Amino acid sequence: MEFLSDIASLTNSTLRISTPLVFAAMAGIFAERSGVIDFSLEGKMLMAAFVAAVGSYFFGNPWIGLLMAIVACVSLSMLHGFASVTHKGDQVVSCVAINILIIGLTTALAAAWFGQAGLTPTLTDDQRFLEITLPFADALREIPIIGLIYSDILSGHYIFVYLAYLSVPIVYWVVFKTSFGLRVRAVGENPSAVDTAGINVFKMRYKALAINGVLIAFAGAHLSTAVNANFFREMSAGRGYLALAAMIFGKWHPKTALIACLLFGFTDALQIRLQGVELPTIGTIPVQLIQAVPYVLTVILLAGFVGKAIAPSAIGQPYIKER
Amino acid sequence: MGNVVDKSKVPWWVSNLIVPLVNLSLALLVSALFIFIAGENPAKAIKLIIYGSFGYIEGFAYTLYYTTNFIFTGLAFAVAFHCRLFNIGGEGQAYIGGLGVFLVAINVSFLPVPIIWLLSIAGAFVFGAAWAFIPAYLQAKRGSHVVITTIMFNFIASSLMVYLLVDVIRDMDQMGPHTVALPKEMWLPSFKDFAALFGIKIRYSPLNLSFLLAIAASFFVWFLVWKTKWGYEMRAVGHNMQAAIYAGISPYKNIILAMLISGGLAGLLSINEILGVHHKIVSGFPAGYGFTGIAVALMGRNHPIGIFPAAFLFGILYQGGSEVTFDMPNITRYMFVAVQGVIILFSGALENLFRPQIESFFVNRLNREVDA
Repeated sequence: MEFLSDIASLTNSTLRISTPLVFAAMAGIFAERSGVIDFSLEGKMLMAAFVAAVGSYFFGNPWIGLLMAIVACVSLSMLHGFASVTHKGDQVVSCVAINILIIGLTTALAAAWFGQAGLTPTLTDDQRFLEITLPFADALREIPIIGLIYSDILSGHYIFVYLAYLSVPIVYWVVFKTSFGLRVRAVGENPSAVDTAGINVFKMRYKALAINGVLIAFAGAHLSTAVNANFFREMSAGRGYLALAAMIFGKWHPKTALIACLLFGFTDALQIRLQGVELPTIGTIPVQLIQAVPYVLTVILLAGFVGKAIAPSAIGQPYIKER
Repeated sequence: MGNVVDKSKVPWWVSNLIVPLVNLSLALLVSALFIFIAGENPAKAIKLIIYGSFGYIEGFAYTLYYTTNFIFTGLAFAVAFHCRLFNIGGEGQAYIGGLGVFLVAINVSFLPVPIIWLLSIAGAFVFGAAWAFIPAYLQAKRGSHVVITTIMFNFIASSLMVYLLVDVIRDMDQMGPHTVALPKEMWLPSFKDFAALFGIKIRYSPLNLSFLLAIAASFFVWFLVWKTKWGYEMRAVGHNMQAAIYAGISPYKNIILAMLISGGLAGLLSINEILGVHHKIVSGFPAGYGFTGIAVALMGRNHPIGIFPAAFLFGILYQGGSEVTFDMPNITRYMFVAVQGVIILFSGALENLFRPQIESFFVNRLNREVDA
């Protein structure tokens, strides 16, 4: 029985830890499918975490914090678009600029407004999102298997966890089953053909970037107003890059990207679980090394040992209208 | 389009001097706004920056010490960029380079000191290059984007070094995560020793002989990139990979070569930090210098002649910035990280924001003069 409850708690943490990665990977799919590289997921996630925490604190309502985070992230996406779509600047440089700017700005402003440590004030329970217990979760707990799955694994998560997994089929449907999604994919594959068909390439890329901003805002709000009750320095800790790697590994496809995100989440959950545990033959793995496991896994996945990743063909290139 | 300008008619000083200066001014204007939002007076902050970096001899020496670091990391980013590679792993490469310096120095301590220095420089270069090798190989062979892999290698380097500093090479008599100090005769002569020759007394200065190494590295990069076949091939791959392949140039070889040299240059940062300043490996010594190198290189238009003034400007911002954080409680050093981001934005991603207008303005003026 202890083994079963171990599995249940590991699955539970996997779902929780993967949540920001899932939002970020879905955000990345929109940008990159439209032909715009988005390494700035990391910076935007951090910005959302900061703005959501500050907004929830000042207005006493996490939903207002979330809304402000969405506005902030969409603005950053628009900045990225302004630099790389309108002014045809280098997309990677634009992303690197946004990431460094946000690492600096969030911590500098947190320190200026709330004191030297660069932390935002701890949110009270009504200023943040709380775990949701699904209906009948307590009543069903005693039933074998079903109780374990329903009450211990599926119930008791933050709202963002449910939204993240809900976003996957929606993103799939929008990108692959609607005419809007077809156009997004087309501007990422062959922008001049789309232009010839009378569709504005620039507008499509801006629209895709706007959706990207909304999705990534949820990832940041999850970090600072749900799992944690405040913002702290560099709290995104590379998750934006992990999500990007998951997206590439998932071949820019929501379903496979989700699986890669869950794999990252599982490794991280396992990593936390294995800290300080004595393993047979190996002994205790030093904590610093075990923490590096998700990053090593990212490199291995990117190396594409499971097949070469093929990006949307117009990715990274600014569209120049012919006259 | 009234903005289209014949590129050949634009004087070099407009595209290489006026446009970058306009972009820099815009970046500084936005930065002033940030300082205002943080609740401090931007004008007073500028005064403090100038005083801190130029106002007294120790301050100026600090400025040049930071400049040294930024020359190394700026050159590192620039070399890879000429091959269209974004090596943002300078931070990790410098960290591992430090391991190289330390391991070499303690193992060859029986040799004469100048030889120890030369071998340590080689150690820094080789270890830094080695840390860039896997991302380079994966980019060249598997197309794994070097931005993600080098960032991951920064995280991995940090974990690895903390592990080594805590469990393996720590000075076991001390609490902190750092190694034992290198013997005093191995330390690079500092500006304090130099000033003492002229009878000037300085309390302490981190500025050391590495500054000259940075100048030498600048010449090395200029020569390599513009005067050798290797550099030509690297630039050809960066400029147009398909054309380079038709010309018989191997992108694979050049991607790896550019990344190795880039990683090696980033590794040299540890000569300044370890042989020059700390004299031991301390946890986290690259302290963001690797990232600043990106801004330095982009501002300096990836040319050693541009990188030197850009590195100096960041030296001023760092040293003057620490004066600001000392006097203004609302400003932390992170404010200057944000300033770097803004500078990368305006002199990198948005470099074409006003370029057409500025160029056509000058071309029209010059034409009018010719006509008259």
